[in-house]
Amino acid sequence: MNAHSNSFADRRTFLKMTGAVTGTITLIPFTANATPQSVQDEINAIIQGKTMVEDGRVILTLPEIAENGGTVPLTIHINTPMSAESHVKVLHIFADGNPQPDVASYFLGPANGKAEISFRLRLSKTQKVVAVAELNTGEILVGRQQVKVTLGGCGG
Amino acid sequence: MAQRDIKPRVRVPKKIKKGDVFEVKTLVSHRMETGLRKDKTTGESIPRDIIRTLTVGYGGREVLKAVWHPAMSANPYTSFYVKAEASGPMSFTWIDDLGEQYRKVIEINVVG
Repeated sequence: MNAHSNSFADRRTFLKMTGAVTGTITLIPFTANATPQSVQDEINAIIQGKTMVEDGRVILTLPEIAENGGTVPLTIHINTPMSAESHVKVLHIFADGNPQPDVASYFLGPANGKAEISFRLRLSKTQKVVAVAELNTGEILVGRQQVKVTLGGCGG
Repeated sequence: MAQRDIKPRVRVPKKIKKGDVFEVKTLVSHRMETGLRKDKTTGESIPRDIIRTLTVGYGGREVLKAVWHPAMSANPYTSFYVKAEASGPMSFTWIDDLGEQYRKVIEINVVG
């Protein structure tokens, strides 16, 4: 995990924001937090010299404003065929304002017929969700979507 | 830890035409404890306890593998697509931090 030191002010704001709404359990203060840079570092590790394309083929569907950060529905569709010749091998999802940047990775292939997955994630504050699709052709496709979170998801 | 009361659920269309791409919806009841929270009364941090992976097999091969982190919501839901080849079982295995496995097998009914 990336050990970016988080500014104390940010942490305070975050704790204040979430502390007001949590019940008997409070968040443990964390020392490292995801940042747009730590997400970029993860993406760079995936790219490894390959070309990254951000041309709108990765479509993230999320609520513009998430009232409950604990469960934010997300659908990711990648505009690509799922044939033996050309398909998505892996889809990685990151969140650039959560305590940890990683959300999930989905390993796919031609058997899926369609490059689309949905799930629900936790977002601790307003931030960008980033999806990175690795194609068997070596291409790396990236999509990003900003989400406004009014009530942070507990610690996740 | 003893076997926990964890219920995996899966939904697919009842009848699927050969060659069609159909949606598979999955849900498993699990608290997905992030490991980042503290119990307010004791001050102790609550240990991480999440489902790490979901693997799905159909037609003799793996058609999906998901690797999850604590940012997945509690009671993780996931849906994805599969191309219908032939009738047969589709198997789902979730594995959590404790190494416990939760399995579900359903029958895919391909017509035509």
